[in-house]
Amino acid sequence: MAETKVIVGLGSCGIAAGANKVYNKFKELKEADNLDFELAKTSCIGMCFREPLVEVVDENGSMIYGDVDEEKAIDIIQQHVLGHNPIKEYVVKTDQFETPDQTYFDGQVKIALRNCGYIDPENIHEYEARGGYQALKKLAHESITPEQVIQTIIDSGLRGRGGGGFPTGMKWRFARANQSDEKYIICNADEGDPGAFMDRSLLEGDPHAVIEGMIIGAYAIGANQGVIYCRAEYPLAIKRLNIALDQAREHGYLGKNIMGIQGFNLDIYIKEGAGAFVCGEETALMASIEGKRGMPSKRPPFPAEKGLWQRPSNINNVETFANVPYIVANGPESYNKYGTEKSKGTKVFALTGKIKHGGLVEVPMGTPLRDIIYKLGGGIQNDKKFKAVQLGGPSGGCIPEHLIDIQVDYEQVNATGAIMGSGGMVVMDETTCMVDVARFFLDFTQKESCGKCTFCRIGTKRMLEILTRITEGEGQEGDIEKLEELALQVKESSLCGLGQTAPNPVLTTIKYFRHEYEAHIRDKKCPAHSCTKLLTYEIDPNKCTGCTVCAVKCPVKAIDGERKKVHHINQDICIKCGDCYNNCRFDAITKN
Amino acid sequence: MRVQRLPQKSGNGVLADDVDLSLIEPLIQKYKGKKGNLIPLLQGVQSVYGYIPRAAFERLADETGLTLSDMYGVATFYAQFRLSPVGKHIIKVCHGTACHVQGADAISLALKEALKVNDGETTPDKLFTLETVACLGCCSLAPVMMIDEETYGKLTGSSAVKIVKEIKIKETQQKG
Repeated sequence: MAETKVIVGLGSCGIAAGANKVYNKFKELKEADNLDFELAKTSCIGMCFREPLVEVVDENGSMIYGDVDEEKAIDIIQQHVLGHNPIKEYVVKTDQFETPDQTYFDGQVKIALRNCGYIDPENIHEYEARGGYQALKKLAHESITPEQVIQTIIDSGLRGRGGGGFPTGMKWRFARANQSDEKYIICNADEGDPGAFMDRSLLEGDPHAVIEGMIIGAYAIGANQGVIYCRAEYPLAIKRLNIALDQAREHGYLGKNIMGIQGFNLDIYIKEGAGAFVCGEETALMASIEGKRGMPSKRPPFPAEKGLWQRPSNINNVETFANVPYIVANGPESYNKYGTEKSKGTKVFALTGKIKHGGLVEVPMGTPLRDIIYKLGGGIQNDKKFKAVQLGGPSGGCIPEHLIDIQVDYEQVNATGAIMGSGGMVVMDETTCMVDVARFFLDFTQKESCGKCTFCRIGTKRMLEILTRITEGEGQEGDIEKLEELALQVKESSLCGLGQTAPNPVLTTIKYFRHEYEAHIRDKKCPAHSCTKLLTYEIDPNKCTGCTVCAVKCPVKAIDGERKKVHHINQDICIKCGDCYNNCRFDAITKN
Repeated sequence: MRVQRLPQKSGNGVLADDVDLSLIEPLIQKYKGKKGNLIPLLQGVQSVYGYIPRAAFERLADETGLTLSDMYGVATFYAQFRLSPVGKHIIKVCHGTACHVQGADAISLALKEALKVNDGETTPDKLFTLETVACLGCCSLAPVMMIDEETYGKLTGSSAVKIVKEIKIKETQQKG
């Protein structure tokens, strides 16, 4: 057997960064010279900002290389695999020496993401080798009752990771209490929150963990059918889930009398979503599985009584399920030793936006926001000034700079007016306009409103109109008050979570950044220099050297001028993309 | 509201019903009579033709007993379904939060300008359809676009236009 193993990270992020080319290069080199090393695949370990990632494991241990391209692949083969001489400057993570990127992992505790980036997600044996399906086997071998499983989950303090934060064990207890010949366990993998991708990474990186969590959940509540409702936009996740489901069936983890437990029958199938944010809401999701328009319905009856096809049903999020096998295998204390008084365990966050080290991190609940952004995330891109972080997507809100020392758990985040949501953290710097951010989310919720409730349907539209007007310099006195009033009405008069939370981004930005709204309305200025209608780019003739870079970079050919002579921006054509501004090496372009 | 995403006129003068309906026969057989089959049926039809032709709706209605109104109700509700033909390559420009704060608007504007189409439209040569999507889940590489199955990250207006132009050059070379 080969002593050296080369593992390429093939998550969606890695593939987008060119990991397939890198994988093929290794394959080509291996085959051309019949080299003696094993080539393998894994998913993302969360370090998306250094993708493509390649791990080399040999007798000395493991080294992960970042930003690998085809040329670096050749170097890695020649120097590390053949020459046994690791290229230290490319290494981003190893246990043998400190790397500049090491801080990204300091403070992380990986429970939900325990296998992501460490196993080949298409190989069930690699999941089993890291303790996979042990929790399920434990249920059978130790004759643990469903009620004991539920108690374990309650003791662990696990709360719904989809955003609601409802205690998972309690939810299971409600579902168990309702008897029926058909009962459903449903995995919500619709992840519609723009800016969040932890579910995608989990499904791509460790599909068996989610499936095992569902099987345990089904045992606990007495379900005999399972459905994974997954976004069609995640083709790789769906492909790997299908492979994992087939393998689980072959190995007897799904089917009849699972693990020899008499009467415990379960199969799981995937239902592809069709692109509607509102389907992340439980009742809308079930309507969609039934082949209807995904419109939410009134509760009660709750899904635990009458859910999918009018049968008792239980819906949990991907990350919630991924935690379950770990808790059952290791006991509730292994989980609740992390976290704060009311928020136990760990939480996965998707760090994106104007952050240096964007990617997935899993930290204990209660980790200070400052640590997540500055220690793990490495701070703000180009060392600009941190302004706010948006948490919870369209249902959430913006946490401003002066609250950066909060400890991130359900309670403290809610107190700011934002919500934990699924864990998308979009970092914003001084160049982000907060009015525009509010407008962006309203545009999203307005489009995604199913239209059932009048206030959600028309109220969000009117709010969007006001916000658009403000960002275009047409704001009027009284607009802020009008927005606040409408926000309350929409919140109070909507049936489902989408409408009830839609005004949150507006309310939190008004709360913390009222002065920016006022600057737009009164002075017709965008303090962040972001709203394009309020901006003009101009060339300073004293600084322009006629290097032509701006004209070359301009995607719409709005800049003309002869080489070595002062250039000029044609304002009628300019789309204000800022490519000229960002590329000028002489500071000759001004933004006003 | 969701149904406003529908283009006002469908077909663009193309004979929308000029499709080979036998292609969806296996699909109908697979899902006929199964509960909750409507969305998978529509998804299947769309993967065959790239959109859902009117003739296919009528065929589904005849074969499965689903009503046309139910089918249109669902097809117009979900963002995934298209009722008019699309170009050979579909450009999905991500407008998720991370992409938005990193300048996704500039990408869309540059592409609209270069291709001379609006959001949801197809170029006259039927090569490209430009679409805006909510989130592709590649937020750490923002701003991002996806052309067919390929995702491109860390874009600027000019790099996005360059990628599209390269595809166009390849297409013309293949023709020639």
